[in-house]
Amino acid sequence: MTLPIFYILAMLSVFCALMVVVARKPVHSVLYLIACFFTIAGHYLMLNAQFLFAVHIIVYAGAIMVLFLFVIMLLNLNLESEPRKSVIARVAAVSTAGLLFLVLLAAVKSAEPVILDTSASGVGLVRHVGLKLYNEYMMPFEVSALLFLTAMVGAVKLGRKEATHS
Amino acid sequence: MHYLCDALPWGIFMDSGELIFKMVFVVAIFGISLLVAMYSTYAERKVAAFLQDRIGPNRAGPFGILQPLADGVKMFMKEEIIPAKSDKALFILGPCIMMLTACMTGVVIPWGESLVINGREYELLITDVNVGLLYVFGVVSIGVYGIMIGGWASNNKYSLLGSLRASAQMVSYELAMGLSIIALVMAAGTLSVREIVEQQAGLQWNAFYQPLGCLLFIICAFAECNRTPFDLAECETELVGGYHTEYSSMKLGFYLFAEYIAMFISSAIIAALYFGGYNFPFIDSLGLSHNVQTILGVLIFFAKTSFFIFLFMWVRWTIPRFRYDQLMNLGWKVLIPVAIINVLVTGIVILWRNDLF
Repeated sequence: MTLPIFYILAMLSVFCALMVVVARKPVHSVLYLIACFFTIAGHYLMLNAQFLFAVHIIVYAGAIMVLFLFVIMLLNLNLESEPRKSVIARVAAVSTAGLLFLVLLAAVKSAEPVILDTSASGVGLVRHVGLKLYNEYMMPFEVSALLFLTAMVGAVKLGRKEATHS
Repeated sequence: MHYLCDALPWGIFMDSGELIFKMVFVVAIFGISLLVAMYSTYAERKVAAFLQDRIGPNRAGPFGILQPLADGVKMFMKEEIIPAKSDKALFILGPCIMMLTACMTGVVIPWGESLVINGREYELLITDVNVGLLYVFGVVSIGVYGIMIGGWASNNKYSLLGSLRASAQMVSYELAMGLSIIALVMAAGTLSVREIVEQQAGLQWNAFYQPLGCLLFIICAFAECNRTPFDLAECETELVGGYHTEYSSMKLGFYLFAEYIAMFISSAIIAALYFGGYNFPFIDSLGLSHNVQTILGVLIFFAKTSFFIFLFMWVRWTIPRFRYDQLMNLGWKVLIPVAIINVLVTGIVILWRNDLF
């Protein structure tokens, strides 16, 4: 029962990820990226990581991509205004991306798959994630929270109108 | 692929009786959502008429009771126009997403306790997800795309402006809504909506323990549903019609209808999270059998929900709409700080009650 669902989801993920690159209109690219995030959230659900599933959708699909979509809709990018790169640049881009793909493939191929019975342990459930996060990983968690706060203050500082400085 | 197998709790659907019950229940909830939304449009016009000292719709059937049907037929009969320079696929996708997300939230709401049929217990709840409340937020946050995609695909600057306004508003108020819920989750100690409802048995309503959070949640629910005083998405005087300017026929109908479904579901969530859900005081002292008690609970739940739907309408016809900067100031500079203070106070109270100071 689970295996066909996995294959369908995986196919959809790869298709959406490819369409992000191939789609001609920038807005379509963003929408395919959102769809790609949903399929990845589906993979989390298959691993019984319900918390990660919900947070992934809320944060990535629901918040970050909305802002992406905002910016791209307002930029009004047309096909004509899209910058054209020279042939050499395109060849270089394709070959670098291909090499990166090869390296990733090699890395994944030789990796040892982690077999974990996620259904019994409840690893992905909220309680477990919370206990781990606030006991074992307390320090990294707080430090990253501080990092986010700094970034937020920086964004507010940059976003303020110039008139307030003079 | 071994590690993927058996990860999902298929076991809950093992026996066919449970599965059939769940399927019937899903269809029933879907039907009830649509029916309530349909009659909300009628109720809205009647409430408006009552508040403005008019009669309201009274031509179709006795007391105008068939008015929603007439409206539906009218919507279907109108000419379907897709603008020539629009993005056709996305133009159709917009209202679809709105309807989809509006109908999806009802899954985690416990509509009643449980029915015992032939010695088997059936819970009146579609699924008790471990992350119930987060699921609700996930679905609500997807709902923004319906407006954004529809507004952009119309290829009309008024639609785009309307959709940007609406989605900026929804994203802003989602934050305050999330923060108001955090305080509730801290007090309840669970994300499952069913467990939150069970904890409120008797008159232990969360509205009494979390009055500030409750108020914040209701305000944010108004904003998320794009209802007055936050209905800047469809501010006719400034934006022609808002994000659905280019829509006609049933696609427009879906946008408008989705708002009413969202209103029904929001009311149900408010009733479940803060006003005790299907619980009512002295239920155990009546000495009723389990099934009767459950049915009474369901009726109570619908009565509470109806009251909040009425509140939505009451406010709409009483309070004027905010200006856009006022709306943003309220969201970011008032609601979010107040919600954070609420979280802080809740945390302190929890620590104090557990003698952790």
